[in-house]
Amino acid sequence: MLLRPKSRTIRNLKEFLIEKILFTTAFLAVVITVGIALTLFTEALPFFKSVTLKQFFGDKQWSPLFSDPHYGIWPLVTGTIVTTVIALCIAVPIGTIMAIFLSEYAHPKVREVIKPLLELLAAIPTVVYGYFALLFVTPLMQKFYPELSGFNMLGAGVVMGVMIIPYVSSLSEDAMRAVPMALREGSLAIGATKLQTSTQVVFPSAFSGITSAYILAISRAIGETMVVTIAAGMQPDFTLNPIRPAETMTAYIVQVSMGDLPHDSIGYKSIFVVGACLFLMTLFFNILGQLARKKFWKAY
Amino acid sequence: MMVNNQKAEIKKSKNKEFIFLSVSLILLAVLAITFSALVYDLVSNGLSRIDKSFMTSFPSRFAEKAGILSACVGSLAVMGVTCLLAIPIGIGAGIYLEEYAPKNFITTIIEVSISNLAGVPSIVYGLMALGLFVQKFGFGASILTAGLTLSILVLPIIIVTTREAIRTIPNTIREAALALGTTKWQMIWDHTLPYSMGGILTGIIIALSRAIGETAPLITIGALTFIAFLPASPITSTFPFISFQWLKDPFTVLPIQMFNWVSRPQEEFHVNAAATGLVLVIVTISMNIVALTLRSHFRKKIKW
Repeated sequence: MLLRPKSRTIRNLKEFLIEKILFTTAFLAVVITVGIALTLFTEALPFFKSVTLKQFFGDKQWSPLFSDPHYGIWPLVTGTIVTTVIALCIAVPIGTIMAIFLSEYAHPKVREVIKPLLELLAAIPTVVYGYFALLFVTPLMQKFYPELSGFNMLGAGVVMGVMIIPYVSSLSEDAMRAVPMALREGSLAIGATKLQTSTQVVFPSAFSGITSAYILAISRAIGETMVVTIAAGMQPDFTLNPIRPAETMTAYIVQVSMGDLPHDSIGYKSIFVVGACLFLMTLFFNILGQLARKKFWKAY
Repeated sequence: MMVNNQKAEIKKSKNKEFIFLSVSLILLAVLAITFSALVYDLVSNGLSRIDKSFMTSFPSRFAEKAGILSACVGSLAVMGVTCLLAIPIGIGAGIYLEEYAPKNFITTIIEVSISNLAGVPSIVYGLMALGLFVQKFGFGASILTAGLTLSILVLPIIIVTTREAIRTIPNTIREAALALGTTKWQMIWDHTLPYSMGGILTGIIIALSRAIGETAPLITIGALTFIAFLPASPITSTFPFISFQWLKDPFTVLPIQMFNWVSRPQEEFHVNAAATGLVLVIVTISMNIVALTLRSHFRKKIKW
């Protein structure tokens, strides 16, 4: 039974429309990206009409909402850096060891059980981790180290580290497993042990893939909000001392958003400035991570 | 002499091997203990607080009288909006990129955007929503704004998992369908989509479990924490029986309620926070377990 020409046109029209609709849904991703960048920068630019770049990068105090305002971004940056570094000190070694264990040692059946369980760690809402850091980990640490203040960057950083272990271990394990078997067999055949093979053959071969896992973990830690807001405190402090309370860039945005600020106030504009900095920092690390990842997958 | 040296060397290597295995097993145990401590802490502090009145009361100045009714309803309403927006758009984009997209500049831009969106911190989505939806479009701190924000947030997850699911379908299936004279869309609707449904569903559940625990972007848009009322009912007694007023209502959600209670100094409110946290953990973990079971179920069932 042949289709009549009329119904064929209708059919072709339908196909054409469906393709256009699907294209629109995919293109929305571009619209959203542009929307984010435009919104951040158009709302942030007016800030620099009242604050000079010298104040922004030269001052060591951040207090835009006080009667004696200071607009130095550094206290927020140090808060972010300290918590991120602590988190990485936890997540990178543990995540890497877990990845080597899962990819080189564990029986496939064991791996199939442990990997999803590890990923459950990343499924717990961050606000719950914040609660855990403030009301469980910090009091526990205070038992060994009484000088630790109730809000501190150490506890927040450690909990954040545990939270991002799955990101490091999952991506690194994928990279290590993609290393061709022949390399392992060659190494084992000349008498290397499993550990020597893992650390001196597999790890270096998968290095760019593993680097991309580390870099994505950095960007995750910089952008993490609730753990540091709840457990690290909300006082901007230009310090690198992890036992002190401090405020990260993300925590500042939350702190200001909780109040009700008028649209044209300096406080309202300041969260967009901080947000734009955050966006640029994570964008930098994301691009770096993707480049490393591309390099790795090209190699094999 | 030589032999002795070699034996010592071998012994050393074997010892190292043993040390590495012990370290990884100890680390696994430490992680398991941490996870158990987190759950134990929530259970020991919060479980006794979870009862009927906790689930059916509004927040209150008095910790013992406070409950999570408005937060539960708020979470459900926001999730509903998120589902309606993110699922069709995410699946649509995934289908386009796998089945239609030509290799050209625009496709590259779309792909770069998606991978960048996946790495943007959630609070930045909140700032965008504040500037765009709340201020420019005038939606206010409403359920609609929250749903829009969260659906944008989880869109990359749905797109990526949809693409992965569609990619596992062998081309022979597509060719067979097309050879029988189906149009492209008929091929997708009757073959590609049903066969990849398992993977897509897994992605949707994981995306929703992420959305339900998100706090930061909703605080940024100005979600209130003291909401002692429910949004307007979607069903009305007068014509046309359906109302969309609830979309414009202010709201609170479970994680925001928990954040509010945990940041108060009084101990009694921390108990409420633990109870809310327990509810959240149970919901997200069970969603993830469902997703994992689905994934392994579909993986086992389908053999090309």
